[in-house]
Amino acid sequence: MSALTIAAQDSATMLWREIKHSIRLLRLLIVSAILVPVVMLLLFDYILGGTIGRGLGDAARGAPYVDYLVAGILVMTVAGGCGPTAINVTMDMTGGFIDRIRTMAVSRDALLAGHVGVSVLRMLVATAAVTAVAFLVGFRPKASVADWFAVVGIVAAFSLAMAWLSAAIGLVTKSVAGANGSTLPLSFLLPFLSSTFVPADSMPAGVRWFAANQPFTAVVDSLRALLTGAPVGNTPYVALAWCAAITLVSYLWAQAAFRRGSR
Amino acid sequence: MDALTSHTTRTAVSVTGLRKTYGEKVVLDGIDLTIAEGEVFALLGPNGAGKTTIVQILSTLIQPDAGTATVMGYDLRREAGAVRGVIGVTGQFSAVDDLLTGEENLLLMGRLLHLPAAVRRARASELLQRFDLVEAARVTPATYSGGMRRRLDIAMTLMGRPRLIFLDEPTTGLDPRSRQIMWQLIRDLVAEGVTILLTTQYLEEADQLADHIAMLDLGHIVAEGTPEELKRRMPGAHIRLRFADVASLDKAARELDQGTRDDQDLVLRIPNEGGIRSLRDVLARLGDDVAVEDLSIHTPDLDDVFFAVTGNAPKEKNQ
Repeated sequence: MSALTIAAQDSATMLWREIKHSIRLLRLLIVSAILVPVVMLLLFDYILGGTIGRGLGDAARGAPYVDYLVAGILVMTVAGGCGPTAINVTMDMTGGFIDRIRTMAVSRDALLAGHVGVSVLRMLVATAAVTAVAFLVGFRPKASVADWFAVVGIVAAFSLAMAWLSAAIGLVTKSVAGANGSTLPLSFLLPFLSSTFVPADSMPAGVRWFAANQPFTAVVDSLRALLTGAPVGNTPYVALAWCAAITLVSYLWAQAAFRRGSR
Repeated sequence: MDALTSHTTRTAVSVTGLRKTYGEKVVLDGIDLTIAEGEVFALLGPNGAGKTTIVQILSTLIQPDAGTATVMGYDLRREAGAVRGVIGVTGQFSAVDDLLTGEENLLLMGRLLHLPAAVRRARASELLQRFDLVEAARVTPATYSGGMRRRLDIAMTLMGRPRLIFLDEPTTGLDPRSRQIMWQLIRDLVAEGVTILLTTQYLEEADQLADHIAMLDLGHIVAEGTPEELKRRMPGAHIRLRFADVASLDKAARELDQGTRDDQDLVLRIPNEGGIRSLRDVLARLGDDVAVEDLSIHTPDLDDVFFAVTGNAPKEKNQ
């Protein structure tokens, strides 16, 4: 068997393992990956949306707040998948599984490929489910078929970036509680400090620059433009560049951490 | 190394000048050891002696700072991949997958070892039987006892029929019955010709299982040999004679003119450095007219040896 065949076979094995894990933890995952973003969607749309929507002015383009909100909720849904991924990786590290396979003739990339692959899969399923709920509560996108393809592509690229980043975080975190805590900035802080709920330029001066220029805003803005039929400009390219950069850096970081092992 | 074995058997592990430091702390300070194929070699020492570090280096998990090692004929640095193909490692903490059933854990190892589907299924059910895990096959390890987890862990290691197995403290934390079961499993593996490198804090375990023992303390090997050799090197070997009455004890003490007497138990202990010869000598001097109720020969146990070579009782050195 060539090294490539072995790498593919081992990655498939690890994917199988992670899919089994996801099935065993299904109820937990449904709550954290789908229910939490749905609750955020409903809270912001029904409870806060009236006032926020009126305050948006031109940014809402005359549509209800939910149309503005969904792009950000999708990004939040993807980011919400970071916690479980980091926790799963940390459990493999602290539980000795990573050291076990490092003593075996197993392809070095397979375990992380399994974690990242299934993580992306979970994020995509969750965003599809949350999108379906959004339709139920009145989300009416104006995207063309081509726009939808672009939306799926950007969500997938962002998922890949977040999955690698959380895998790397999971590898360097010493405990499961730590893994959860380390991903909270991704799943909560960065979405709020972006254009997820309100435009970045409506924020106080101190955070405005950060919010306008951080990767989550680039992804949210591009998805929002595509979904609401607004001019997209170069936003999809900025978003994809951010995703590529995060993926590359996280991949290299994760590789180094995996080689170091549990020490 | 034992001249008798090195000529007749092949070498499984050969280590020279192994050193490892973490920052200021010297963990291994020049380790040399040779393990013959088919034997059980025990690394015995307290926590922090460097046992696990040796296992981590030999199983390719970490790199030594200096020194060379070959494992089953492969160079540890240049042929790490080949080394991984012939070894099996069971670490100190049971690395079982808690979300998979016992059987799925074994099948996962089978897949990672690239065994054909039929082979891995057959091997998994064989190991479940042999390790008394049949009822655990369809249950996740969350409900297992400590002994069951450890058995599943070792069964996972055996899926690929490794020729050399590293067992890092295989019985630490197990109850006495589980320990006995584990010892029997290890003896069965040896009977199949597998070479085992075992680490343990328990002198009794090394004494029971090992063909060769290296005593490790603060990164040094402080004594090495067969359990018997190590015990023989120790002062404290004696012949213990028990008598029916004080008169016999008095008479024997007068005839032999050495040793320490214990009037309460009617026992005389005579230092015995010369093995059978000095035993024969003692019996000859006693003659026929002293009634000896009971005779036993005492060799020091490994606790005595460890205490003598390190100046510390092993269990007092937890850190």
